[in-house]
Amino acid sequence: MEQITALVQIKGIRDGLLATFLDAAWEDQRTALLSQIDERSAFFQGARLAMDIGAQALKVNDLVELRDQLSERNVILWAVVSESPVSEQTAQLLGLATRISKPRPEEQRQFADAVSEDTALFINKTLRSGTRIEYPGHIVVVGDVNPGAEIVAEGNVIVWGRVRGMIHAGAKGNRSAYICALDLSANQLRIADEISATLKPQKDPKPEVASINSEGRLQAELWHPG
Amino acid sequence: MTAQVITITSGKGGVGKTTAVANLATALAADGKKVVCIDGDIGLRNLDVILGLENRIVYDIVDVIEGRCKLKQAMIRDKHYPDLYLIPAAQTRDKNAVSPSDMVRICRDLRPDTDFVIIDSPAGIERGFRNSIAAADRVLVVTNPEVSAVRDADRVVGILEAEEKGSPSLILNRLNPALVRNNDMLSAEDVLDLLGIQLIGVVPEDEAVIIGSNRGAPVVTDPRSRAGQAFRNIARRLQGQDVPFMDLEGQSSFWSAIQRLTGRK
Repeated sequence: MEQITALVQIKGIRDGLLATFLDAAWEDQRTALLSQIDERSAFFQGARLAMDIGAQALKVNDLVELRDQLSERNVILWAVVSESPVSEQTAQLLGLATRISKPRPEEQRQFADAVSEDTALFINKTLRSGTRIEYPGHIVVVGDVNPGAEIVAEGNVIVWGRVRGMIHAGAKGNRSAYICALDLSANQLRIADEISATLKPQKDPKPEVASINSEGRLQAELWHPG
Repeated sequence: MTAQVITITSGKGGVGKTTAVANLATALAADGKKVVCIDGDIGLRNLDVILGLENRIVYDIVDVIEGRCKLKQAMIRDKHYPDLYLIPAAQTRDKNAVSPSDMVRICRDLRPDTDFVIIDSPAGIERGFRNSIAAADRVLVVTNPEVSAVRDADRVVGILEAEEKGSPSLILNRLNPALVRNNDMLSAEDVLDLLGIQLIGVVPEDEAVIIGSNRGAPVVTDPRSRAGQAFRNIARRLQGQDVPFMDLEGQSSFWSAIQRLTGRK
């Protein structure tokens, strides 16, 4: 047991507690965390916990189970930091933060290195209110982007569906990024640091492409084949 | 029998969750089912008031969880339907007195000799909401035809999907056909277009709902009420029957008169 609890280190940070794990199977890491909490349950009452799970790839069920187990111990899980895009997406889907105040320059650089200009994140579902997807490459969505959902990409954003939420392409300042969608009635579009006014919802939507035009303004145009 | 556990939730407050729970539970009980409703809104209970059972509360759900009484002792029997029970929320505690596994345990104990367990979720997406959906086999999301309510419903649907609870069904409450006709209100199609989930019922706006709630007699017991009819139809759809949707436009048409007659129990 002593060995297993050594898999996790818990320390105080500005926003509560941060648990970092040594490399191990998720089942062992989870057991280690819970047994550390159970040993000092009084100390952990009402604590806000962030986790740094390294490269561990967690699915929704894993995180939901842990979150419920923590919540039974009166510990609130609010953030999951991970190098794994799978875990990051899982955390975002559950409405957990994926950044904490302590910057992690090393790991962030690693992540950025792994994503070249041509890498895209593929999302095959409708993004509902409250979902925020951030990605250092391009983002492709097959589904709708509903009001209250946000997409932030350093590259281009392609949506095979209706856009009614917020989309930011070229988020790090790439003014040649573009956004295309089958129905672009978004309440706000951003490319680099340009922000569009509201686009009118159309009765009979047509595919559109939004980009920054020669006058430096963000503009949406109907898509013309060829 | 093995109960089906149904949670009714919405995200936004005031859209009619508690009203829906009271009405569906009463309609199911009127159809001869054994029904237990659980008020999941610890600290802000009001399902007891709408069911007219306020002055009968001795024990509540927190008493059961903390072992001060047996589950059966906290089940309050309805005045009119002997197979309808309420497990009330505690009014003097908060959400942290209940955990998701407590709800799972209570529902597991109720399952063997109940047909339906209906859980009234609090508004919001915090702990009380998570407690309420923990044991659910099926979730119904209530919304009004208003942009803000629909957006919150969308958020809740997203969370339910992320937690792999399956796709919820939608109750569209307080639709006013006259306003929809004049393009002053979102239509059922507009709402479904955005949420993309299955519709289980549209409840028209009806004063009788408020009157019923204040009297502690849910509107389903009023055979003339259109909203009551809508709730009776939803209750029958929950039992697996294929009931056609009401024609909300032609209020006095021959067809809706037939529907009203066949819906009466």
